[in-house]
Amino acid sequence: MKKLQVFDPPMCCSTGVCGPSVDPALVSFSSDLHWLANQRLAVERYNLAQQPQAFAANEVVKAALREFGNECLPLILLDGAILSKGCYPKRDELARLTGVEANAVELPVINRSCCS
Amino acid sequence: MNSEKTSNLLQHPTRILFFTGKGGVGKTSLACAAAVDMAARGKRVLLVSTDPASNLDEVLGVRLSGQPAAIPGADGLFALNIDPEAAAQAYRDRVIGPYRGVLPDAAIHSMEEQMSGACTVEIAAFDEFTKLLGDPHTTAGFDHIIFDTAPTGHTLRLLKLPAAWTGFIAGNTTGTSCLGPLSGLETQQSLYDSSLRALTDASTTTLVLVSRPERSALAEAERTRAELLDMGVSNQCLFLNGAFVAQDRTDTAACALEARGQSALAAMPEALASLPRIQVPLLPYAPMGVQNLRRVFGSAPPFRATPPRHRSPVADPGLPLSALIDELESMGHGVVMTMGKGGVGKTTVAAAIAIELAHRGHHVSLSTTDPAAHLASTVGEAIPHLAVSRIDPALETRQYSAAVMAKAAPQLDAQGMALLEEDLRSPCTEEIAVFSAFARTVAEGAEGFVVLDTAPTGHTILLLDAAEAYHRDVTRTMSDVPDAVRRLLPRLRDPAFTRVLLVTLPEATPVHEAARLQDDLRRAGIQPYAWIVNQSFADGAFRDPVLVERGSREAPYLAEVHERLATRFTVIPWKPAAPVGPELLRELADDSLALEGTSKG
Repeated sequence: MKKLQVFDPPMCCSTGVCGPSVDPALVSFSSDLHWLANQRLAVERYNLAQQPQAFAANEVVKAALREFGNECLPLILLDGAILSKGCYPKRDELARLTGVEANAVELPVINRSCCS
Repeated sequence: MNSEKTSNLLQHPTRILFFTGKGGVGKTSLACAAAVDMAARGKRVLLVSTDPASNLDEVLGVRLSGQPAAIPGADGLFALNIDPEAAAQAYRDRVIGPYRGVLPDAAIHSMEEQMSGACTVEIAAFDEFTKLLGDPHTTAGFDHIIFDTAPTGHTLRLLKLPAAWTGFIAGNTTGTSCLGPLSGLETQQSLYDSSLRALTDASTTTLVLVSRPERSALAEAERTRAELLDMGVSNQCLFLNGAFVAQDRTDTAACALEARGQSALAAMPEALASLPRIQVPLLPYAPMGVQNLRRVFGSAPPFRATPPRHRSPVADPGLPLSALIDELESMGHGVVMTMGKGGVGKTTVAAAIAIELAHRGHHVSLSTTDPAAHLASTVGEAIPHLAVSRIDPALETRQYSAAVMAKAAPQLDAQGMALLEEDLRSPCTEEIAVFSAFARTVAEGAEGFVVLDTAPTGHTILLLDAAEAYHRDVTRTMSDVPDAVRRLLPRLRDPAFTRVLLVTLPEATPVHEAARLQDDLRRAGIQPYAWIVNQSFADGAFRDPVLVERGSREAPYLAEVHERLATRFTVIPWKPAAPVGPELLRELADDSLALEGTSKG
């Protein structure tokens, strides 16, 4: 089974409801991850403010932080290799990048992905 | 009046005692006196304050820290303050420390930023609190633990958190939800469970409701009684502080004070009246230091009022309240905030100012962020040009959650909505919702007058801290922050927009607490406009020895406010009738302490 790892910037929570305003992209992403987990993909998610040990233990993440600074977060790894940097891909983008069946995508895509 | 059951309260107390009540009723004094009394009976006692603006140090006369400190002169008595800021710092160090030098500095810095908000402070303090409550090893060396809890609104939140979070942990199924900085919360669950068990076990915990013989304080005690009973805290008793009987029946002002107390007691709710009760008389001065504290529950000879040989008139009575209102009126619009220790009369002063401004034809909005507010009952009736409201945390949280859900709905599927709903159940949501409501209320000052009766000091400080943290957050993010939130701190800092009035009584702890608040405000870039010394006995035409002595002991505190603390100040004399309703409130604004020190009371 493929493993997807998401390394978030320091956040209070995964949907961002704790910020001064809710970022819908964060809420969608949380939901998309849950969907991916149901597509036979192992999904792990770490937040720098809450699980710094996961960042410190991963050489790829540490190297990216050193090279690009915090801007590389969120950093998404697929089986240990960098899949995307500094953005939350949309569901169809995630499906394409991880090789999950495209027809499993149910949601209409409203906006273009942040990662082009 | 001391039935057998009543004397048991102090002679055979439970292991844990909580003192709670409206601000200013004497929680700290009575908690200290009870602790001193138990220690005098040979028990080992730990006294704990969870109030961000703790007065334990001043009452005990010892400089305290987050660790138990022995109290000189009271063998077996130890005390500590749960300092939320220090607890948050320790928490940050614990979480971030191991990664310094391992992760890049920028990453470390961003973690520190994220953990500098009010949530972290609240949660770190709560963590300390549950260790004392739920972990027997932490307090193994003590027979009794006495909590001098924070003013009531905050106390309820603190006490409710174990129940709220235990439910929260149980209901969290996806594991991605917002636990804020409380990572590893699940592993703490047994600690929260045992905290909750300790709180609800009648043979372990006593809730001491402290009140004065005043309607608003008794109403607050009743509210707390019912609410905590509902949560399973069933072992409750009432400490009635400041019971006053006039010694000189020809002293009409003293008799009026006595009658005021009697009528409040007569109207006391049935359930509160039937609790075991201990009555403490109005003392000629606030009991400070171990020797004086011993006198309160009778392990040392009682207080005897020693009226001074001559009465010194108040050196400078300051601006009359009406003149202060003239100055506020000249702004044309803006925000007036009354701040200070609980129980000093912020609500009364705010209501008097709002009513006077409305009477002069201005549109005025009178509001509060105090969860235990009683604005509507103070104002009493509808007044032209005056709108009375309150920021209700539960209501604001519901509205905020509904608005967030509605906004996100078009972009989310059912799974996403469920996830969002779960995150919105976190303790942080209320903080944000109340904060946004506060910002909206302040924004109304651009159009007319807004008079804000703010919550007791500790909570207020957290709110301003939140303002600062938000200010940083808001300037950093590009998301669509409401205009009111973005402009809140600049508005609070603008002396042409916001005027902060520090309200105090002419006594040690309220003056010193207000002084600390003034320092905090100045650090946040807010310069208080004026000080208001409320309920002064100094000038009253009393003969009763207790009241005369109270009045004569005000002098150093009046002088301290005048000479060292305030740039502008007003003294409001004590009134025989409780200032409730528009007429009596307007009288406050018209009838400040006159220069010659005569009273119309």
